[in-house]
Amino acid sequence: MSYIEELQKRVQHIEKGGQIKYHQKNEEKGKLFVRKRLELLFDEGIDIEDAFFANCMDDSLPSDGVVTGIGKINGQDVCVMANDSTVKAGSWGKRTVEKILRIQETALTLELPILYLVDSAGARITDQIEMFPGRRGAGRIFHNQIKLSGRVPQICLLFGPSAAGGAYIPAFCDIVVMVDGNASMYLGSPRMAEKVIGEKVTLEEMGGAKMHCSVSGVGDVLVKTEPDAISYARNYLSYFPKNFREKPRAYESKEVKEFEKSIEDIIPENQNAPFNMHDFINRIIDEDSFCEIKKKFAPELITGLSRINGKSVGIIANQPRMKGGVLFPDSADKAAKFIQLCDAFNIPLLFLMDVPGFMIGTKVERAGIIRHGAKMLAAMSEATVPKISVIVRKAYGAGLYAMAGPAFEPDAVIALPTAQIAVMGPEAAVNAVYANKIAELPEEERASFIKQKQDEYRDDIDIYRLASEMVIDAIVEPNNLRKELVERYRIYEAKNVLFTERKHGVYPV
Amino acid sequence: MEEVKAMMAGNVWKIVVAEGDTVEEDQDIVILESMKMEIPIAAEEAGVVKEIKVAEGDFVNEGDVIAIIES
Repeated sequence: MSYIEELQKRVQHIEKGGQIKYHQKNEEKGKLFVRKRLELLFDEGIDIEDAFFANCMDDSLPSDGVVTGIGKINGQDVCVMANDSTVKAGSWGKRTVEKILRIQETALTLELPILYLVDSAGARITDQIEMFPGRRGAGRIFHNQIKLSGRVPQICLLFGPSAAGGAYIPAFCDIVVMVDGNASMYLGSPRMAEKVIGEKVTLEEMGGAKMHCSVSGVGDVLVKTEPDAISYARNYLSYFPKNFREKPRAYESKEVKEFEKSIEDIIPENQNAPFNMHDFINRIIDEDSFCEIKKKFAPELITGLSRINGKSVGIIANQPRMKGGVLFPDSADKAAKFIQLCDAFNIPLLFLMDVPGFMIGTKVERAGIIRHGAKMLAAMSEATVPKISVIVRKAYGAGLYAMAGPAFEPDAVIALPTAQIAVMGPEAAVNAVYANKIAELPEEERASFIKQKQDEYRDDIDIYRLASEMVIDAIVEPNNLRKELVERYRIYEAKNVLFTERKHGVYPV
Repeated sequence: MEEVKAMMAGNVWKIVVAEGDTVEEDQDIVILESMKMEIPIAAEEAGVVKEIKVAEGDFVNEGDVIAIIES
């Protein structure tokens, strides 16, 4: 056999991955082979691959169960690590870990985005001394991820399990896309849970994609198939620059989608009646440009990337259709992470306010709503990208603060004529101030007294009064809002500020 | 069968369907009143309303079952 023939033979063997039976098993579950996944992910396949021959002295471990390399997404070079679950269930040996570390270090040096295509059973127990505890052990993967965080976009596509320590790969990514039915994350398997703590539970219930994307919030995006996950990631990256030093790429501006009802028509006059904030968002952004994050988790707050006039804008919007748009511990956490994500990568922020405040009651106090709310305030306050807050309807109490109210250095606070800013709404305020008085009044006089006091209160918080006091910077007709935003974002693009100098803040976590 | 649950604590303000009604996905079943806001609680799946477990004026806690829908 010639040298060339030997090389070709070895390459062919490695490219095939693990045994046929494991390929078949994956196929039954709707799982694609790792090289097929990469073909779909990149514009034109993987451009360079490193340590293709890792562990090639052992025929049963092609590439040691992981593909690492660089390819292009939307014309941009990105690093990738992709587990091969046909090789020992994608488990990590010494060389697997070293390959992952090296591609992370390449991402650090070149300041390129990195994607983790995870489908792995975790550590190879038989190899633990070589891959678990040491300086170049698996712990360093997370150390590298933490170092990469905020420098370059980190994306996790979860196609299979991500178990025990491995579950921290998704945890440190900016975003985690999970394939329903196949993806899972857990520290201890259901079998272990039964043995160690006596709990009987299924994998889906404990660590499935649906659970993580709607209850725990560890997952961000739930998709049906692997190609869906891949196309989500390609689209998501189009809103980002390659690293924290640059601004996102500008695309050609698209008109707003045409609707029968205008913005004015969709906002109910009654402040307490719900409406769908998505309808509002769709009337100010470029057509079909909304890329929602954490759709199923804490839906009372909408977070997503969009384009306005072809440029990336991160939207944080209260959703009156869900839980009245009230802020809860989970919605505060969701907002904090999203704001940090946008601020890290120079994506301007837009806050759309229609918020009755933070939730009250025993349940949320025990859950530490003050601590969680503080995270949102801190993230919003620290964000130095252009930030505009729009008061759509009510902005009550600490809700005004958390949604980038005037005290938090937004570049502008814009009110629609329907805006109402106050410590609390008229109903609650009149009740708080006059509760005793109302109780003393004869039954038949109460209603008219309450109405009179509420009207007085409404006059007191009149939006023109607040404009006169310069609490807000502009009052804009809803149908002119987009135009106003386009102009303001164009002008604020020059913004270049440092929040403050120090090692780091000490806020609640 | 789907249990429609209260997504937050509040009072049942209006029940907008009746037992036996056919409902679509995302159709409102009841409207709660909480934090001075109207909070619609919708069906997550289409089906027939088998049972309504609350009355107008009732206090419900987060997670309480409001209705049962048979798909």
